Amino acid sequence: MQNANLRMKSAASQVTTILVTLLGLLVLTFVIGRMMPADPVRAMVGEDATRETYEMVYHQLGLDRPIWEQFLRYLGDVVTGDFGTSIRTGQPVMQDILHALPATIELATFAILIGAGLGVPLGVMAAVNKDRWPDHIIRVFSLFGHSMPIFWTGMIALIVFYAHLGWVGGSGRMEQFYIGMVDERTGFLLIDSLLAGEPDVFWSAVNHLILPAALLGYSSSAYITRMTRSFMLDQLGQEYMTTARVKGLSRGQTIWLHAFGNIRVQLVTIVALAYGSLLEGAVLIETVFAWPGFGQYLTNNLITGDMNAVMTCVLIVGVIFIALNLLSDLLYRTFDPRTK
Amino acid sequence: MENPVLEVRNLAIRYAGAPREAVRGVSFTLGRERLGIVGESGSGKSTVGRALLKLLPSARITADRMRFEDVDLLKTSEREMLKIRGRRMSMILQDPKFSLNPIQRVGRQVAETYMRHFPANRAEAREKTLAMLEAVQIRDPERVHDLYPHEISGGMGQRIMIAMMLLAEPDLVIADEPTSALDVSVRLQVLGVLNGLVRDRGIGLIMISHDLNLVRNFCDRVLIMFDGRVVETLAAKDMDKAQHPYTRGLLAAQPRIGDRRHMLSVLDRRPEWSEELAG
Amino acid sequence: MTVKDTDMPRVSSGMPTSLIALRNILVYLMRSPTSAFGVIVLGLLILIAAFAPLIATHDPYAQDLVNTLQPPSAAHFFGTDELGRDIFSRLVWGSRISLTIIFLVSIIVGPLGMIVGTTAGYMGGRLDTVMMRITDIFLSFPSLILSLAFVAALGPSLNNAIIAIALTAWPPIARLARAETMTLRQADYIAAARLQGASSLRIIVKSIAPMCLPSVLIRLTLNMATVILTAAGLGFLGLGAQPPLPEWGAMIATGRRYMIDSWWLVTFPGIAILTVSLAFNLLGDGLRDALDPKQMNRR
Repeated sequence: MQNANLRMKSAASQVTTILVTLLGLLVLTFVIGRMMPADPVRAMVGEDATRETYEMVYHQLGLDRPIWEQFLRYLGDVVTGDFGTSIRTGQPVMQDILHALPATIELATFAILIGAGLGVPLGVMAAVNKDRWPDHIIRVFSLFGHSMPIFWTGMIALIVFYAHLGWVGGSGRMEQFYIGMVDERTGFLLIDSLLAGEPDVFWSAVNHLILPAALLGYSSSAYITRMTRSFMLDQLGQEYMTTARVKGLSRGQTIWLHAFGNIRVQLVTIVALAYGSLLEGAVLIETVFAWPGFGQYLTNNLITGDMNAVMTCVLIVGVIFIALNLLSDLLYRTFDPRTK
Repeated sequence: MENPVLEVRNLAIRYAGAPREAVRGVSFTLGRERLGIVGESGSGKSTVGRALLKLLPSARITADRMRFEDVDLLKTSEREMLKIRGRRMSMILQDPKFSLNPIQRVGRQVAETYMRHFPANRAEAREKTLAMLEAVQIRDPERVHDLYPHEISGGMGQRIMIAMMLLAEPDLVIADEPTSALDVSVRLQVLGVLNGLVRDRGIGLIMISHDLNLVRNFCDRVLIMFDGRVVETLAAKDMDKAQHPYTRGLLAAQPRIGDRRHMLSVLDRRPEWSEELAG
Repeated sequence: MTVKDTDMPRVSSGMPTSLIALRNILVYLMRSPTSAFGVIVLGLLILIAAFAPLIATHDPYAQDLVNTLQPPSAAHFFGTDELGRDIFSRLVWGSRISLTIIFLVSIIVGPLGMIVGTTAGYMGGRLDTVMMRITDIFLSFPSLILSLAFVAALGPSLNNAIIAIALTAWPPIARLARAETMTLRQADYIAAARLQGASSLRIIVKSIAPMCLPSVLIRLTLNMATVILTAAGLGFLGLGAQPPLPEWGAMIATGRRYMIDSWWLVTFPGIAILTVSLAFNLLGDGLRDALDPKQMNRR
């Protein structure tokens, strides 16, 4: 009985924490939006508008009200799902974002698969061979991934692998030729092209996905490798590993059958967090690869000073991050028997 | 002794990069009996245990002879050791809080010994495990089988470790401080379980401990180790007739009910005992 | 018998202990090739920035429209860009910008993070909760995106970029300082100081902050690697240093158009960024080993 009570209490405090963070997030985005130097009224009515039009729109946008009232109005809008209209595209911002998001998610998902697929085995290898040459090589390898300016590497990779070697596709999500050929049903090109029965488009999409995803994956693998190595080292020193050896298991078996199981949950947490930070890399990579995703959308809005759009973008990113943190926390709780 | 289980002569162990050997000049034989190895921390007793199983990758092990039944341990490869460990030789570790894998159910961990060395499916292994859990006097083996290590007590955990290490019916079992991590009240119970199994199956047991009293009551013969050397070997029943001053010091350091001494004697550790058997 | 001055043993060679410690750390760092690399590169960066006018071969802003897009040569070590400016000189002067960014961000983030973290950790209670909520909100963002938003809000310029980066870089330091403080707070010597009547401020400043310093320094150094990348990213997106400032990221952005035929526009700035970021990472790792209390005995 007491256990259930405690759990409810901790759940309640967690929910309050999240709500408070969200509120703070909204305050932050509001402040950022209001600070922007571009004049939103001017952007809406244009340079030649008359004074009356200007004042009318000024009033419409509520910019003449006190700041806290504007904030409440903003809160109200958010709760009802009204994120305003983009000055640049004229569409509702949320619609624009939902349109751009799948491209980034597709990229990020592939990237994390590469990042984890590379990072975890390398981390294990580094831990098992601590301080010997495989460890050093792996550390240098992942260090480069961590230190490289990803937009620069992207540019160079494009030149080498696309312009010179022709191994992969160029910028964009697919060959120019195929644009418009496939209906946008999920927004995920790989799925949509298969649904439409266009294998050529599918392969073109894969071709274009592979380089940016590999680069993003490489940069996130640095973090994943380091954390995996650290987790693994912790386990390698544990007594239960000796027990397993005494039972007659080989070193490799003890690592994969015993130690790895103990770090699985922590790895999932790490990968979830790494996924979130891929959004950062995505912003830069999308610019280099002309990838029509969320990152590009954000950058364009920043340059044109589209207040509504920027605020919402920042909000979305914050929410995604909070959600990922929550998810990894949940996964940790569910899968570690010790916390039951 | 004809057909000893274990024959060790002049065993020396040096860790890589260490200035001197951790263990040197250690010799003993083991039959189907119980041999205790007693010493303080750093005396090398645990090192000897692990060396027998060849679980010291960073150490150089040399000896005139190190023979387990028909196997020359000095010459075995790692592949051959994989078949010996757990099946013919095993080791009971000290603290079940750490020596059991925290995220696996205990039944599965015990069964792993069986599945590793015998061609069997899950069901057979489970039956063997349950039988073994009963043999270590766990009253509700079906229920305990599915528990996690953090859900069981220390005494039960150590009995599970015993089950795990005796399941494949080894001829030699090394018990490395098997009761040191347990509450005093539970120690006797665990030792009792071990006692019964070792006697019934005719296992050669090496018990490593710092507790002289425990060892003299449980074992047939005792080796006293100091600073990497064996300073005395004697039968447990002859303990009071020990000759070596270090052994006498250990005996004198034990408090006794009805003792008339005002102060316990302090253990004397003379450097010359390290050199004594040199050459 | 009188005691003469010459009888007294000499206490020290005259160097303050903190300098001796610094020298020891440097010696330790130079022993490992990786951290030595970090130290050397950082040293070079400082030297190049300091002596930029002497090292640069040309005026970084001087345009030479006759000699645009020239490949590397004896006259122009790294070639010229689309306006005929010498890339080598621009790179050299750009090091000043990079150094400024690193320096300013450090002196904002370090003290700010320490103050917030130690105060929150020591005082506990409401103050702690409020400060940590604020920190959490900032932490709930990838730093580049938040920096982007701030720069956009403040207006693109180098100064605003520095402020924006600093605003996103302090939360991890605050969290670290708080964690350390909370462990230290339990120590007996803190209790003793309190019993002596020391005020909280005094305790925080004199006893707690110095103990947090090593981990904060290590984290700061490692963060600088990311700061360099973020600053370059902002420059690349046109939101950092504005043209014609020779900021390395911005140079890559403008050079992008000519990249296919004139690789030198983009390669050298990129290598510069990579090298400096790498150096900070290696230095931070080296510092972590150097300041690790377990390793202290080996020195």
